[in-house]
Amino acid sequence: MKLSKFLVGAAAATALTGMASGAMAVTEIQWWHAMGGANGERVNKIAADFNASQSEYKVVPTNKGNYTETMTAAIAAFRAGKQPDIVQVFEVGTATMMAAKGAVYPVYKLMQDEGESFDINAYLPAVVSYYQTSNGKLLSMPFNSSTPVLWYNKDAFKKAGITKVPSTWDEMKTASEKLVASGMKCGFSFGWQSWVMIENYSAWHNLPIGTRENGYAGLDTEFTFNNAAVKNRLQKIYDWSKKGLFKYGGRRGDSLSMFTNGECGMWMNSSAYYGAMKAQAKFDFGQAMLPLDTEVAKKPQNSIIGGATLWVLKGKPKSHYKGVALFLKYLSSPKVQAWWHQETGYVPITTAAYKLSEEQGFYKSNPGTDTAIHELSLNQPTPNSRGLRFGNFVQVRDIINEEMENIWAGKKTASQAMDDAVARGNKLLRKFEKANR
Amino acid sequence: MIENRPLITFLAHATIILGIAIVAFPIWITFVAASHDAVRMTQVPIPLWPGDQFFVNLKIALTRGLGGAQGPTAATLLLNSLITALMIAVGKIVISMLSAFAIVYFRFPFRMGFFWMIFVTLMLPVEVRILPTFKVVADLNLLDSYWGMTLPLIASATATFMFRQVFLTIPDEMLEAARIDGAGPMRFFWDILIPMSRTNIAALFVILFIYGWNQYLWPLLITTDSSLYTITIGIKNLLNSAELTPEWNIIMMTALLAMIPPVLVVVTMQKMFVKGLTETDK
Amino acid sequence: MTGGPLPHSARRNEHMLKRVHFKPSLLPFLLVAPQIVITIVFFFWPASQALYQSFLVEDAFGLSTEFVWFDNFIELFQDPHYLGAFQRTAYFSLSVAFIAMFSALVLAAMADRIVRGATTYRTLLIWPYAIAPVLAGALWVFMFDPTLGIFVYALNAIGIDWNYKLNGDQAMTLVILASAWKQIAYNFLFFIAAMQSIPRSLIEAAAIDGAGPLRRFTTIIFPLITPTSFFLLVVNVVYAFFDTFGVIDAMTQGGPANATQILVYKVYYDGFVGLDLGGSAAQSVVLMAIVILLTVVQFRFIERKVEY
Repeated sequence: MKLSKFLVGAAAATALTGMASGAMAVTEIQWWHAMGGANGERVNKIAADFNASQSEYKVVPTNKGNYTETMTAAIAAFRAGKQPDIVQVFEVGTATMMAAKGAVYPVYKLMQDEGESFDINAYLPAVVSYYQTSNGKLLSMPFNSSTPVLWYNKDAFKKAGITKVPSTWDEMKTASEKLVASGMKCGFSFGWQSWVMIENYSAWHNLPIGTRENGYAGLDTEFTFNNAAVKNRLQKIYDWSKKGLFKYGGRRGDSLSMFTNGECGMWMNSSAYYGAMKAQAKFDFGQAMLPLDTEVAKKPQNSIIGGATLWVLKGKPKSHYKGVALFLKYLSSPKVQAWWHQETGYVPITTAAYKLSEEQGFYKSNPGTDTAIHELSLNQPTPNSRGLRFGNFVQVRDIINEEMENIWAGKKTASQAMDDAVARGNKLLRKFEKANR
Repeated sequence: MIENRPLITFLAHATIILGIAIVAFPIWITFVAASHDAVRMTQVPIPLWPGDQFFVNLKIALTRGLGGAQGPTAATLLLNSLITALMIAVGKIVISMLSAFAIVYFRFPFRMGFFWMIFVTLMLPVEVRILPTFKVVADLNLLDSYWGMTLPLIASATATFMFRQVFLTIPDEMLEAARIDGAGPMRFFWDILIPMSRTNIAALFVILFIYGWNQYLWPLLITTDSSLYTITIGIKNLLNSAELTPEWNIIMMTALLAMIPPVLVVVTMQKMFVKGLTETDK
Repeated sequence: MTGGPLPHSARRNEHMLKRVHFKPSLLPFLLVAPQIVITIVFFFWPASQALYQSFLVEDAFGLSTEFVWFDNFIELFQDPHYLGAFQRTAYFSLSVAFIAMFSALVLAAMADRIVRGATTYRTLLIWPYAIAPVLAGALWVFMFDPTLGIFVYALNAIGIDWNYKLNGDQAMTLVILASAWKQIAYNFLFFIAAMQSIPRSLIEAAAIDGAGPLRRFTTIIFPLITPTSFFLLVVNVVYAFFDTFGVIDAMTQGGPANATQILVYKVYYDGFVGLDLGGSAAQSVVLMAIVILLTVVQFRFIERKVEY
């Protein structure tokens, strides 16, 4: 009775799903991504345009939740032999993906195998260096990348009588003092604090955050970001916070509303907030390069990116990979990249796309939107500023978050907190090394 | 009413109205946010009174697909939620009534073994063993199917446990009477047990329906075909806007839509629900 | 086809079985089969894999695996953050259970007195129950965001420097409130049901004897709903233990500085986010042991005829 219907239903449902995927004539390429909301629609448009441009392959984009959920879903699927062709993975997952040699199909090799021409020099060095091997081979295709910038409230600056946008940390202090004196609740805040204040702070001043070329040269790396420069900077910021010059507003972009509602006059976070800023801020705002710690370096090096790349997974039928290669090429074409860059606020991945946007007058009509590109291409990246490659870095970032929160809450000194973060982080590095032997 | 004390009655009303005001306030905020434009909810002070965009937002939420025009619409997502919630609720009730029946009314080898096998699963949520479970479902070729989305969530003992309690309280005379009439076990099950536990079934249905309706992580992991996505996945997708401003108006409107079916279930079944919970002793 | 009643036996499990029952046949096996099959396939099989995994150190993709005996467990119990999570979980669960039950009890006691409008009140009160945890979290963040939140003005006005993103105690309070909020409706329904099943005559008799409403509540109603209260305590603690990670994930992700990281969230985080499968599996095993213990405890009480 009930039970037999149940089982018949089960069989029918399985049969149906089986049929649906078997009846396709074109080769379907599964692309799992983590872009929700409006960016999800843009991802769909890219896929649809590619599909319309040829008739052999059909790229099917699927949103699989946030970055973590997407990556874990892909890994779970891989373990079960049901992986997608392409998966979008955030930058901190790079080491995990890279270590899985049997699972990922490096982009340079894919292009080689499929006989597609591929010129690494066409890409912005600071963007691709994050995803290259230590000898310059590209592993995954950068997709959405951004870098932290200093956002500032022009109206508040005017009111406080600040004429020069801060370019050093000393100037950050004086500007913040003026902002607070003019009646603002706080001078500045930041989000994604590990990325902005540890990872980028270090790259910007050409300091390593770990041994072995920030992990590029091997899994036997150790963190070293508990150095005097980082500790000193964080301690000072904590001291400032007692006078209201700095206010902590949460992880990720949670503190955005503090800036857009005029609580804080400056905000350090991803350049990709441009669209949100434009929609929410009722004042005139600008972007500037990150401040320089003059006690640490004479001039800035270059900033590093955040965001995500597309990884190609192994184990799909041979016929898929030609389509994947064609799609990745399509994706990096100047037209697509310039459109993506201008629509989303992410940086373009090729020099050609940057030039095209310039020709189209994008930077003229949207002043400040090229700040990120300037920061990234300030100098040729060094081993300290091309990116980082640490295992278990998702958790390490949260450890850094936790320890930094301990500083802001006054529970630990900056020195203690950073020493603890390094000690806890190193444990995870050893664990990763052990798991990936 | 035992006695008529206007003051106390008034206090009772006042307390409960205050309670409702606190408990329902977040719902009110949902409604308010659903009636403004997207940016308004990111600006201080946040409005406490509805705006004039309600129907505009409603139209967007209903017609725009998930992730753009080609994606499944809210109607599809709601339908998927409905199907999975019903499958979980009905499936769990059916299998657990049968097994509770067997455990309570039969003596057979391994009875206690089965009993403990089922009850060990009482509380452990699927999230805690999510990756191994994924592997199992993939091996069974149930990815991207309603069965894959529901069967692992059916594997828990809460309902069996409850039916066992219910059956234990049904007087033995019922069985004896049925036997005198010459009724077999299945007749007894069908004619006596089901009618007698009607209200309990209703109560469990409410609990399980809502449990199924609110699932997020499991259906997300198990499906790659977005036409199988549930409404909760749809809402999370909207919330997950990275560096963009979340479209609070559409999120909250979708949230309101997503609330309607479970609220309807609770409201229409609440009389039975309360009865089902109180009348365990027959 | 049915046998006569068996003589009452003094065997240990006998109280779990009807004194009158059907003759042994194949039928009971068929009846338990669906549930047993589903339980084995979707619970025991994955759970045994989790058990096996807890002895392994593995990379995320499962490409290299090493058997390490109890290393994962040793590491776990040497981790002060894990031990801290135990304490937090206890505090969190009991607080959630207490707040959710106490508010529901007060509301139910009031609703029990009310004749007119009772249905309307009840309907309004049960809405939060229908809200998905992910969304509940987002809503509470909305109301208590240090910058945007509506309640923050009030809190600042009474001299509380509200910033739950930095202050761990405030974050804990917030997740407790949000989790309790979702559970009030459920408790309310059970309490009101229990109260309404108390014979009116009992209460009327007490009223005639001159017992006031409060006295009647403490001496008659409350004792009579103790079984329900006990059942709800178990349900609420279990809810707080296992079903709240959606709320926590949406609100604090276990932060700030671990302040809201409870056991289940840690299992989820280490396994699903951190991809530390061995460590997470070891935690699952510990959790399963706790659950089995709780189940046994619950059974002992329930078998003493706590009815609901």
